[in-house]
Amino acid sequence: MTRVAVVAAVIVLVALPLAPSLFGSYAVTLFTLIFFYAFLGQAWNIVGGYAGQLSAGHAAFLGIGAYTAAVLSVEKGLTPWIGMFVGGALAALLGALVGFLGFRFGLRGFYFVLLTVAFAEICRIVASNTEAIGGAVGYYITFTGDPRQLQFQDARAYYYLALVLMLAVTALVGVLERGRFGVYLSAIREDESASEALGVDTFRYKMLAMVLSSFLTGIGGAFYAFYVFSLQPASVFGIPLSVEIIIRAIVGGAGTVLGPILGSFILSPLAELARYYFAQSGWHGAHLVVYGLLLIAVVLFLPEGAYPRLARLVRRRVAGAA
Amino acid sequence: MAEGSRPAEVRVPAPQGLTIDATLVAQGLLNGVLFGGVFSLMAVGLTLIFGVMRVVNFAHGDMMVWGMYLAWLMATRAGLDPYLGFVVCAAALFGLGFAVQRTLVQRIVDAPHEMQILLMLGVALVLENTALLVFGPEPQRVRSALAQSTVWLGPLFVDVARLIAFGVAALLAALLWLFLFRTDLGRSIRAAADNAYGALVIGTDVRRVYAVAFGVGAACVGAAGALVSPLLPFQPPTGLQLSVASFNIVIIGGMGSLVGAFVGGVLVAVAESLGAVFLRPSLKELVSFSLLVLILLFRPAGIFGRRAP
Repeated sequence: MTRVAVVAAVIVLVALPLAPSLFGSYAVTLFTLIFFYAFLGQAWNIVGGYAGQLSAGHAAFLGIGAYTAAVLSVEKGLTPWIGMFVGGALAALLGALVGFLGFRFGLRGFYFVLLTVAFAEICRIVASNTEAIGGAVGYYITFTGDPRQLQFQDARAYYYLALVLMLAVTALVGVLERGRFGVYLSAIREDESASEALGVDTFRYKMLAMVLSSFLTGIGGAFYAFYVFSLQPASVFGIPLSVEIIIRAIVGGAGTVLGPILGSFILSPLAELARYYFAQSGWHGAHLVVYGLLLIAVVLFLPEGAYPRLARLVRRRVAGAA
Repeated sequence: MAEGSRPAEVRVPAPQGLTIDATLVAQGLLNGVLFGGVFSLMAVGLTLIFGVMRVVNFAHGDMMVWGMYLAWLMATRAGLDPYLGFVVCAAALFGLGFAVQRTLVQRIVDAPHEMQILLMLGVALVLENTALLVFGPEPQRVRSALAQSTVWLGPLFVDVARLIAFGVAALLAALLWLFLFRTDLGRSIRAAADNAYGALVIGTDVRRVYAVAFGVGAACVGAAGALVSPLLPFQPPTGLQLSVASFNIVIIGGMGSLVGAFVGGVLVAVAESLGAVFLRPSLKELVSFSLLVLILLFRPAGIFGRRAP
């Protein structure tokens, strides 16, 4: 297993940073998306995977981070390098509100899912009706190519930025998992009443998980805004985006450090290819049908996700070879 | 969700201040109550499925939209009026619900809630986006010869289409009641809902009962879709709004309570209809989501619910 870990570490630390010089521009875009969605899936993983609080409204946090960074940059000239933290903080504030209401009022399972969906939809409707931020038409950022405004001529800059985001949040989750915090979250997921009885302040830890997760997702929103340069309420606050985030963690393996990354490496190329070909044929929604089928298949046949299964296979191979 | 009927008077935005016409309010109330029958039927389907197997059908609104598209297909291709075609829609959705239960839901009846929710989200995604692929994103509405007339009742008018929809929904609800309380299969369904293990012990084929219950729930929402298709323009994403409306109703009425679903359906339809009198359509959507949040927080067990979640 250690040999496998070393190989994986070499790939991540040497191959991925060097890769763009070998890639064509499409591959750079594809990998940027893989890293970015892995980052979002990992951020969701903290509250949705480890703590087991199924949020189906993470698009709300991304949308708030995106709009905040974009509006501050365009209207006030504040650099998104700072604006992303403002956006993250506002997203965390909403996360705290949703978490407080959900956890204080004891909403579990279906009820918590509905609460998160309702908040995301409320954000979408409010954004669509706020003319100051473009309403339903959307908010557009003029491209200047100024790195101080988080804008880059060279697509590889976004590649590295997304890579850093993914590695940083994964390192953070790895550290948290090994610490008291991660253990408490898993305990809450497995049996909340039992962990409460053992003296875990479940409310506090669920809140922390929610706030951290929404903060990170808000930062991801700033990246999204300055990568895409246009924000539409229906796409940044919409349920399909929440599904994009959730499905990567679930397919890869929720509650594991490498699950969301694996999930993104599986799904992002699939989604991009599907979107590309289906959109050309005018088949809108086809990739969401595929997502739905995948979600069903994973629940029925691979409920723990792809990563735990893969890790077991690798371990067996290594054990067999030794 | 009750906006969109032809007569212009109802849709005229209320003047600023407190000069809202009493007739307007009465008309909104009447429209809401008539629409409520269909809402009740939709919610009864959801509450029946939940009551029997404790699974929340996240695809409920999408199933309703499929009922609407079937009614639309029959009306445009075969000239079949939706007020007759609803029978076909109910039958088709029964088949869909039965199949979904047999192939998918049955496998996760005892799984953790998270797994059930994810599976049903998957079903919802497939249904909504298949509709998008097949029928496209343009809003549709079914034309019905019966929907062209109104009856005046003093200062108020009664939409004949709404009246028929209400009547048929009430009739179907009565039939459902007869089925659940007067037939052996219906009694088995209620037995399995009360105590699945006990029902199994006395020889009930619980798996079959579950599949039938899911089918009947889907048939209810399919029929509701057909009945409402001339009144409500729809497109694939309408499914989510209808799902939210259903969740609102069954949570207000109490998850799993049939009576609650009836009362809740009328309440929510009246609230939305009055909302249409006072508010912009986009804000009306805001009201239904805010309502959902408030209900979740303050009355999650509902009015008729037997137990808290």
